[in-house]
Amino acid sequence: MQPKSVAVVGAAETTKMGKIPDVSVIGLHADAALNAMKDAGLKPSDIDGVATAGVSPVELAHYLGITPTYADGTSVGGCSFMLHVRHAAAAINAGLAKTILITHGESGRSRVGAGGFARSPSSLMGQFEMPYGVTSPPTMFTVPVLRYLKARGYTEEDLATVAVIQREWAAKNPRASFKEPITVDDVLNSPMIAWPFRMLMCCLVTDGGGALIVTSADRAKDFPNKPVYVLGTGESVETPMVSQMEDFTSSKAFRVSGKKAFETAGITHADVDHLMIYDAFAHLPLYGLEDLGFCEPGEAAGFIRDRNTAIGGKLPLNTNGGGLSYMHSGMYGMYALQESVRQMRGIAPAQVEGAKISVCHGVGGMFAASGTIIFTNEK
Amino acid sequence: MPRMLPEPTPETRHFWEGCKDGELRLQRCTDCDHNYFPPRPFCPKCGSRDVEVFKASGKGILYSYVINHRPRPDMGTEPHSIAVVELAEGPRMMTNIIGCPQTPEALQLDMAVEVVFEKQTDDISLPLFQPAKG
Repeated sequence: MQPKSVAVVGAAETTKMGKIPDVSVIGLHADAALNAMKDAGLKPSDIDGVATAGVSPVELAHYLGITPTYADGTSVGGCSFMLHVRHAAAAINAGLAKTILITHGESGRSRVGAGGFARSPSSLMGQFEMPYGVTSPPTMFTVPVLRYLKARGYTEEDLATVAVIQREWAAKNPRASFKEPITVDDVLNSPMIAWPFRMLMCCLVTDGGGALIVTSADRAKDFPNKPVYVLGTGESVETPMVSQMEDFTSSKAFRVSGKKAFETAGITHADVDHLMIYDAFAHLPLYGLEDLGFCEPGEAAGFIRDRNTAIGGKLPLNTNGGGLSYMHSGMYGMYALQESVRQMRGIAPAQVEGAKISVCHGVGGMFAASGTIIFTNEK
Repeated sequence: MPRMLPEPTPETRHFWEGCKDGELRLQRCTDCDHNYFPPRPFCPKCGSRDVEVFKASGKGILYSYVINHRPRPDMGTEPHSIAVVELAEGPRMMTNIIGCPQTPEALQLDMAVEVVFEKQTDDISLPLFQPAKG
């Protein structure tokens, strides 16, 4: 992908977020899509490419009345939307489509028109993980963490500190689900979910959605809002079974995706003004800081404890409050992308003044997949 | 409410037959000597189809785990471990640790564990692990 050859020209979340018992999954996709089209000044007939996960791109295109020449149904979990942005950039460069709509919608809390989380008992996960009680993210994503803590010398307090600092960011965000300040003790005294994970180390479960519209950079200046250029991209996948990840202290998919994104963007870590790391659970930002190369292995917890990622710190991280405090419908990657776009447009509730480069890093499944998008607001 | 049980496929049947017979069966590549799990009819390291099934020692160490506190009617009423064991032969596998209190104090990382087979049905026995004796 050529850096800055495509741009986000439309971005929006669903009108409501949190608890939305009166809208189905496909309805959330459509609400977000219509909001993003309004943001870009477009109609469904202006869209010639669609990408989504959770529902089929066929379902999405038909529901919205779009006749696409490009459809991407890549579904690798919560970072699918990072992959959609990456694929859309390649597709636009290759002339497959001009204006691509990427949507997410999920009724995570209310479960209106929502499918299940079931895997076949004949799949590898069904045979070799699920019989042991490994059937939902709190008992899957957390499994490598005791090994990670031991290898790095990190503690429960370090996990709790991630949640505490993200809550500080959430307090600045009117749309955040949780805004009340919390302390490390609050986190460590919250109900036990799966040792060593307490409730406040786990993401929310809410309803919502978001949508992005991507087009070529040379058309981007004709849209109503400030274009946000795609500077670099990466993606990778590792394993559907968390027990089979190569290294319990580092995600291979994170490393490969992050490296590719930084290489294509042609930037160094010092160039990064703003960072999003998908935080389904409190350990993700620690793995992310290390695997993306912002911290040496063993330094991420101290980096967060020393408030480098907090308000006023040198590397503002998860400035919407993250999956731990902002919202998490199930596939959170879209909300991380939305926050990066807001920061690059200069309209985020907790705006990082003067930010020019934002790195948005997603995880899919339980360390199964990864996608990284680097944005800039400078042409 | 029973726990979810595996449905063996042609590629994994030898493993589940082994569990039924009280053997933990892994696979080994006869070209590159790589031991691997979960089962598949080729080597995930070099791609060779020249692989064999062998009986593993059933010994390993507790590599990582969580103790689930959320209600799981299929797993009993008390908090229970969900663990990854690193086998002496190299591969890691998901399991539960039984035969000891389900507490952080009793479940120490790197402690020696050994396989025990727990019969679920006539066809399926699950490989669980307990603290190694002696």
